[in-house]
Amino acid sequence: MQTGEGILENLVCETSVEIKNAEGLHMRPAMKFVDLASQFECEISVSNDEMKADAKSIMEMSMLAATYGTRLSLKAEGAQAQEAVKALKELVEVRMFDEPPPEGAGA
Amino acid sequence: MRFQDFVCFEGTIPELGTVERDGAIEALVSALAEAGRIPEESSQEIAKAVIDRENEASTGMGKGVAIPHVKHSAVDSVVAAIGQSDAGIDFKALDEQPVYMVILLISPANNPDNHLQAMELVFKHLQKEKFRKFLRQCRTRERLEDLLKEADENPSW
Repeated sequence: MQTGEGILENLVCETSVEIKNAEGLHMRPAMKFVDLASQFECEISVSNDEMKADAKSIMEMSMLAATYGTRLSLKAEGAQAQEAVKALKELVEVRMFDEPPPEGAGA
Repeated sequence: MRFQDFVCFEGTIPELGTVERDGAIEALVSALAEAGRIPEESSQEIAKAVIDRENEASTGMGKGVAIPHVKHSAVDSVVAAIGQSDAGIDFKALDEQPVYMVILLISPANNPDNHLQAMELVFKHLQKEKFRKFLRQCRTRERLEDLLKEADENPSW
């Protein structure tokens, strides 16, 4: 784990992600998300239209109740912001939390 | 969604009287069966499924709360039972602290959104210290019912 001393590392990185697994962001995916986010030092938040959740808090992440097809904004600020956003986006959209998409939706 | 839409008040156990995780889960599942919210014949199978799920990863989220849950075809919409333990139950919680409040959720097999909405509501309130404190003070089913209905009327409370 690198420390964020260099000014180049203190970045802000934002993107949006779409929930693609059928069951949505239930507890196990939320835990995977929190575990991965917690590996980074930067501050990471996830927002829907109504609220902003701390990506490192399982309670707050569960409150997003992100169902299949929901789009969330992902924002990281600080050391390794870019790496964090990239890794989390991959977990949500490519790995789909290691869960299947809805039947008939295609992978 | 409101608490009264899915919490089975007859399934509430103000004092579980156990420090065993599996015993607490079984007691809450039985309470739901007795209240007629899940079929009696599925009760054992559901309790086992909840325990299996719990063994995979603890639902002890910290702050003295656990939300054991499972999806099962025996219900058409999510149903919850709430139990409390003064002694504290070892749920292997994330913060390694005992659990004093257990909220058991049985969710339908084919309606993931229904499950997520119930979870959202539960967490929205449980993360508030005031709510957790009030919940722990509920010594009877009636008090718990009053508290949850009050929470339904004042969602931002």
